[in-house]
Amino acid sequence: MAATLATKPDATKRRRVRRKTAEDGTRPVSAKLSWRIRWRRDRSLILMTLPAVVLLLVFNYAPLFGLVTAFQYYDPLVGVWHSSWAGLDQFRMLFQDPLFWGALRNTLFLSLVQLVLFFPIPVVLALLLNTVMNERLRNFVQSVVYLPHFFSWVLTITIFQQMIGGAGILNQFLRQHSIGTWDFMTNPHTFALLITSQAVWKEAGWGIIVFLAALAAIDTNLYEASAVDGAGRWRRMWHITLPGLRGVIVLMLVLRLGNALTVGFEQFLIQRNAVGHSAADVLDTFSFYYGIATNNYSYGAAAGLFKSVISLLLILGANKLAHAFGEDGLYRK
Amino acid sequence: MSMATTLRLRRNPASKAPARAPWEESPTAVGQAGKGVVLFVVIAAVLVPLWVVVLTSLSTTGAIGRAGGLVIWPDGLTLDAYRQMLTNSQVTRALVVSLLVTVIGTLVSMVVSVLCAYGLSRSRSMGHRIILLVLILTMFVSGGLIPTYLVVTGLGGYGQYWALILPSAVSVFNILVLRSFYASTSAELIDAAKMDGAGDWRTLWSVVLPTSKAVTAVITLFYAVGYWNSFFNVMLYMPVDSAKWPLQYVLLEYVNQGMNMPGSVNNGYGTGHAQTAPLSLQMAVVVLTLVPILMVYPFMQKHFRTGVLTGAVKG
Repeated sequence: MAATLATKPDATKRRRVRRKTAEDGTRPVSAKLSWRIRWRRDRSLILMTLPAVVLLLVFNYAPLFGLVTAFQYYDPLVGVWHSSWAGLDQFRMLFQDPLFWGALRNTLFLSLVQLVLFFPIPVVLALLLNTVMNERLRNFVQSVVYLPHFFSWVLTITIFQQMIGGAGILNQFLRQHSIGTWDFMTNPHTFALLITSQAVWKEAGWGIIVFLAALAAIDTNLYEASAVDGAGRWRRMWHITLPGLRGVIVLMLVLRLGNALTVGFEQFLIQRNAVGHSAADVLDTFSFYYGIATNNYSYGAAAGLFKSVISLLLILGANKLAHAFGEDGLYRK
Repeated sequence: MSMATTLRLRRNPASKAPARAPWEESPTAVGQAGKGVVLFVVIAAVLVPLWVVVLTSLSTTGAIGRAGGLVIWPDGLTLDAYRQMLTNSQVTRALVVSLLVTVIGTLVSMVVSVLCAYGLSRSRSMGHRIILLVLILTMFVSGGLIPTYLVVTGLGGYGQYWALILPSAVSVFNILVLRSFYASTSAELIDAAKMDGAGDWRTLWSVVLPTSKAVTAVITLFYAVGYWNSFFNVMLYMPVDSAKWPLQYVLLEYVNQGMNMPGSVNNGYGTGHAQTAPLSLQMAVVVLTLVPILMVYPFMQKHFRTGVLTGAVKG
């Protein structure tokens, strides 16, 4: 069963395993062996990691070096090495660019809307599903709600188009009954809601997995004891279930906060034409449209660097916050 | 700094039996009804759109005309749209491209990830901390879109298929998931293999992989879905040459953005009276992108928890 696969060997077993490996000498404590012997013993292990490390060096670390373009007037014809230096000019231009501030405002606004409207849904759904006693119904609901997670954004947005777009089924119905039409897909004023509802449709179901697992990990004896003490189902939910979910909820909030500047890149790329750039430009797409699409690479790289730095600060800050709440967050203290 | 890769969401053995405990109140009628309504709405929200799309792709022009667009109730069924789609060279070529990119990409990703995960999974092996750090750092800092684009195009990736695969071939998250599984493969088993003279390669192939089939399957699925669904790197690296487009990009251009599909109007099939409305053809393309996912989904579904929970949460 999946549940048993997901379990890790419990702490005692793991300790035993570790001690055993140390004793019988397969991987002894490092200080005991010279690096020469360790190299001979472990070189195939190191060799195995090489392909991944090389790919990461080329496609993740080399671009880090490429960030110097943000401080240049990068010219693709002469390359990074010979482009002239711009100092902080790109950033100066960026901070005077109303389009950039618009993109930042959109990013923060959409992030906030998603936090408020999206975040609680998986928790509520998981709580609801957890009370469904019929195993088959439960499994069926789970398989259905997980499914959209595996759809691409192109597919998801196409489906939304067919449902609530101008030629979609909703407007088809409205037209036939002469009520008038409302095209959600091209209305910049409701764009935040559209984006969020798409995200909910695609990902909220998938989001319940973590919460369901957390719910399954709560000790049922607690429920029984409190029931014996006279707590009804709502009080049990308040005093046992929700505290049991606290760790996971904090972790998910930390992740959300750390990713606050990432609000769904592909969604905006696809729908920008339909709603216009003033509603659909976010920080990620800003780099694309004002960097790559216009060959203004340094400008886009500056916007990207701005986003990366703020994001890193957000991740670290969010973890501090989690630690302050006494939770682990993304990494331990 | 150790990643909190362990949420320790172990299923409590006592909570395994879903039967109602004697101390629990019996459910109220209102509660049951409310629950039923919510679940029904949730399920309908996912399934109704899929139903409409599939049905429309199977509907005759007449049915689509009578419905005024998308079809909700079966009215007249035909496979014309699919016939037309499979004679459309743009779509068939895109299908082949998508399949190849997905299969080759998944293969590359899996080989690289499995090797790396095993290489890092033996505790106290030489250098594994440093390599792990190299991996994990990429989850916190990234060069971002433009520097990556410059590196890939600088290596000559523009218009090349490898640009759709290699830059995203390694998912550190997936490696960490695999690694935590391999690390928990019983040390006794591995020692036994070592005693029998198996090296690390042999151990990985004959001991570790066979004992971790479920997680391998899930990670394969995650990679494959990623490749199948990706369209942004097409937009970046081969936006112009429509002969090279994979299916998602064809879907984007011809269905989502409403460009005219070459061959969809005048392919000599429905001269005189149109046999199939373009709408059904469009929906057939939508269905085509769905089919592979629906095909593997039932087999994978029960393992999802494994992949999602082992590495805690994607960060």
